[in-house]
Amino acid sequence: MSLEILMGQVVVGLINGSFYALLSLGFAVIFGLLGIINVAQGTFYMLGAFGSWMLLNYAGIGYWPALILSPLIAGAVGVVLEKTLIARVYKLEHIYGLLLTYGLMMFIQGMFVYWFATAGRPYPVPLELRGGFDLGILFLPKYRGWVVVASVFFCFATWFAIEKTSLGRTLRAATENPQLTRAFGINVPALLTFGFGAGVALAGFAGVLAAPIYSVSPLMGGELVITVFAVVVVGGMGSILSAIVTGLSLGVVEGLTKVFYPPGANMVIFVIMFIVLLIKPAGLFGRER
Amino acid sequence: MSTTSADPAHAQPASTKSLASFGLPPIVLYAVGLALLVAGPFFVYPLFLAKILCFCLFACAFNLLGSVGLLSFGHAAFFGASAYVAGHALKVWGLPFELGAVIGTAAATFLGVVFGYVAIRRQGLYFAMITLALAQMIYFLALQLPFTHAEDGLTGVPRGRILGLFDLNNLYVLYYTAAVIFVAGYLLIYRITHSTFGQILKAIREKEPRAISLGYRVNDYKLLVFVLSAALAGLAGATKTMVVQLASLTDVHWSTSGDVILMTLLGGSGTMFGPVVGAVVVEMLEFYLADSGLPIQAVIGAIFVVCILLFRRGIVGELSHLLDSKSRGKAG
Repeated sequence: MSLEILMGQVVVGLINGSFYALLSLGFAVIFGLLGIINVAQGTFYMLGAFGSWMLLNYAGIGYWPALILSPLIAGAVGVVLEKTLIARVYKLEHIYGLLLTYGLMMFIQGMFVYWFATAGRPYPVPLELRGGFDLGILFLPKYRGWVVVASVFFCFATWFAIEKTSLGRTLRAATENPQLTRAFGINVPALLTFGFGAGVALAGFAGVLAAPIYSVSPLMGGELVITVFAVVVVGGMGSILSAIVTGLSLGVVEGLTKVFYPPGANMVIFVIMFIVLLIKPAGLFGRER
Repeated sequence: MSTTSADPAHAQPASTKSLASFGLPPIVLYAVGLALLVAGPFFVYPLFLAKILCFCLFACAFNLLGSVGLLSFGHAAFFGASAYVAGHALKVWGLPFELGAVIGTAAATFLGVVFGYVAIRRQGLYFAMITLALAQMIYFLALQLPFTHAEDGLTGVPRGRILGLFDLNNLYVLYYTAAVIFVAGYLLIYRITHSTFGQILKAIREKEPRAISLGYRVNDYKLLVFVLSAALAGLAGATKTMVVQLASLTDVHWSTSGDVILMTLLGGSGTMFGPVVGAVVVEMLEFYLADSGLPIQAVIGAIFVVCILLFRRGIVGELSHLLDSKSRGKAG
């Protein structure tokens, strides 16, 4: 086995892991704040990717502006959905939130399949990031390096925003005790809307990053969200940092499995989830409740 | 203690009782249902009806899990695994349908034990997520194991003869076989939910800490009902393979797990008969939409959303609620 193949798969794993981290981070923000399992997280990832594809093909807007615009659009869609539909199920049992977002996922994905069919559409790598670096043991395409750097940066920026800023403090307060936070004169429903929009925008951002690597297709998020579920169960949603660490490391494990036992690659995360549940049901970083 | 208004998913199985108070004893309803079941194939294509019955049983099996307050998002794993195993037994091993169904159901039961043992360690939303993730494992297995033939699936599964006598390729024999299996499954589920065991399940659903403090080993009960539900879902899957002569990736796909939730929700979760109504509606819808050019998935998604926002009791639940309040209005 050559070191080159091994390192190549580690990079691929890091990239997948970056997407897992971004998605599970947005997922954790939404779950923590709203108590809703957002099954549509993968759909917003798809919307982010499609957003950038549409911006390019319909409006001639390139990668860099799309990197900001597309997550904002996905976030705006999320805000509208939260205001009109999702806010109605907060008072019900949490399971209805899951079912509602599942319905939304089916609807949005179904409409996109209807309009665009299931074939993948290529999205070009931006000029600045073409080519790559020869690192001796492997050839690293610039774009792949950028994806890892950008997602890790964004993950930590989110961590910083939630843990270290006053907005983050308010968000955490609203998560811990919504009634009390409200009594302090803070508009909690608006915070919830913002939180949902932000969580969804993270998924949209991951989608834009993914567009040049995987082709843009209506089905790109459906399976991914299930893997993200498994990542979240393994990590245990204890903290923001654990979501990042678990996402990245499971991505690498998946990449390595591709080298040593290819047929097991798409199952390994689920197997790990199975084992973790047996040994530590609350997840690796989770607290037993 | 009933949470009917706030929590319709776990509403009481009140349909028969409320209809009884409206002047119709349940026995009449069951007689009508049975008559429809017997007469059905003379009015509608029997093969289509037989397929619907398989999904009715699948939805009822899924609903059984709701009696303990659990929502599985991975029931396609049991349905599909059994569909594949039974298909393999019929096609490759050349076994008769009865044995194939037993082997398929046994496979689903085994999976139910393994998945249940792991999944009931977490509750509520986590339970749903874990079952979904575990079921995805089965999907990937079905994609990669040689005997499932990946995208092609198991096609042209021979039906054989039932009891070694009657040719299942006769559509009426086929239909009545499926009908007998459905009725048997339905009665078994009725028996389970209306037994002492069923009462304990209800107690656990209503207030788990209290059931624990009364000395019940709550997790054992949960596991048992999970396994029973998985087994019956497996029986439905095996029968479906025989009926449509095909086991494919759709059977193990997450959207099938979602479909069965929709069937139960639409028909009325927590009612005995709701899942049957829901399965009939969803299957008919998918059948008639298939030619309409409309995006089925989007329509299903929209129904999901409407169902959750507007009528969470489902068709049967709303109906019996309506009759209930009417008769109460008359009495008062």
